[in-house]
Amino acid sequence: MIYLDLLLGFLEVGLFSFGGGYAAIPLIRDVVLSRGWLDDEAITYMIAVSESTPGPIMVNMATYVGSVKGGALGAVIATTAVVLPAFAIIILIMVLLKKFMQNKFVKAAMDGLKPCIIGIILSTGLFMIANNVGILPSFSVNLLTLCLTAGLAVVYFGSRIFMKKGLSPIALILISAVVGIVAYGVKQ
Amino acid sequence: MPILLDLFLSFAKIGLFTFGGGYAMLSLIENTCVEKKKWITQEEMMNITVIAESTPGPVAINCATYVGYKQKKMLGALVSMLGMILPSFVIIYLISMFLDRFLEITWVANAFQGIKIAVGILIVDAAIKLLKVIEKKPLQIILLVVSAVAMILISIFSLGISPMILMLSAAAVGILFALFAGKLRKEGNK
Repeated sequence: MIYLDLLLGFLEVGLFSFGGGYAAIPLIRDVVLSRGWLDDEAITYMIAVSESTPGPIMVNMATYVGSVKGGALGAVIATTAVVLPAFAIIILIMVLLKKFMQNKFVKAAMDGLKPCIIGIILSTGLFMIANNVGILPSFSVNLLTLCLTAGLAVVYFGSRIFMKKGLSPIALILISAVVGIVAYGVKQ
Repeated sequence: MPILLDLFLSFAKIGLFTFGGGYAMLSLIENTCVEKKKWITQEEMMNITVIAESTPGPVAINCATYVGYKQKKMLGALVSMLGMILPSFVIIYLISMFLDRFLEITWVANAFQGIKIAVGILIVDAAIKLLKVIEKKPLQIILLVVSAVAMILISIFSLGISPMILMLSAAAVGILFALFAGKLRKEGNK
């Protein structure tokens, strides 16, 4: 039955995807392909849509596959299944948190994990910028994107340094969407 | 505004404007939950990031559940998580039903190219903010640089190595370092 299948498939995704959306893409691809829910071309398109729409990538993919395979009910089941493990695990940690965070081994492990995760996040951001501009991995610089990136970065970080509140992340996203429509539209 | 409604609306707003997955969203969560609403401190934001990265599932869901539970226990956690999911659920459902060639619409593709620039900037911004709250001793600096360089190499050469391996190694280094420094023994065994 497709509903049970969606439930089990996306529980698996929710339970074994560490490190957020991009890291989970290969796992989701594998689950969807092995169950024959979509073909390769449809998955590739679905991943592109999930990355370009707001919200957690995993939730987007679950909703998408669920609704294509099982309508509204399928979408609800797949989405619930993908978030359930994360929700339950965090509640469990919160209930045990005081003891958990005061454990000497956990503290020592956290000391190592914090800089590592900041390093991972920093490099992900820098790689994404380099990838947008075209420097990595192909060394073909897109001059327009380079200028837009520099401009938006100066405006965003500048506003945060020189103004009391500065631009909010949401404001930056809205500005960049408009800038994208205008700049890339004019170019075409 | 009642706190439950506030949680729901705040996370729905974050869910609605989070493009490009969890890392970019850290900036939005920090801006809302630390700076504006003061639901959590900057140090807690660091801890949430570590917990969200070390546990399975969408980072956004981990974060929303944590903040919601801290404010109003189970009910708060549930309301925050639903707020986080609802915008993407509605948008994706409509796209999957009605828009067959969504990404081929020119202005949508252009807007997204612009948003991708913002996403890169926001991810770097999230890292800089987290950097402010950790200790900067040699151990931390070395781990940060090694992790960042390793991740960039993994991305450039598409090595398919999970960041989890880096994280497990870093946790092990942290524990070994503490053992070596005698921290664990002195403060009592656990």
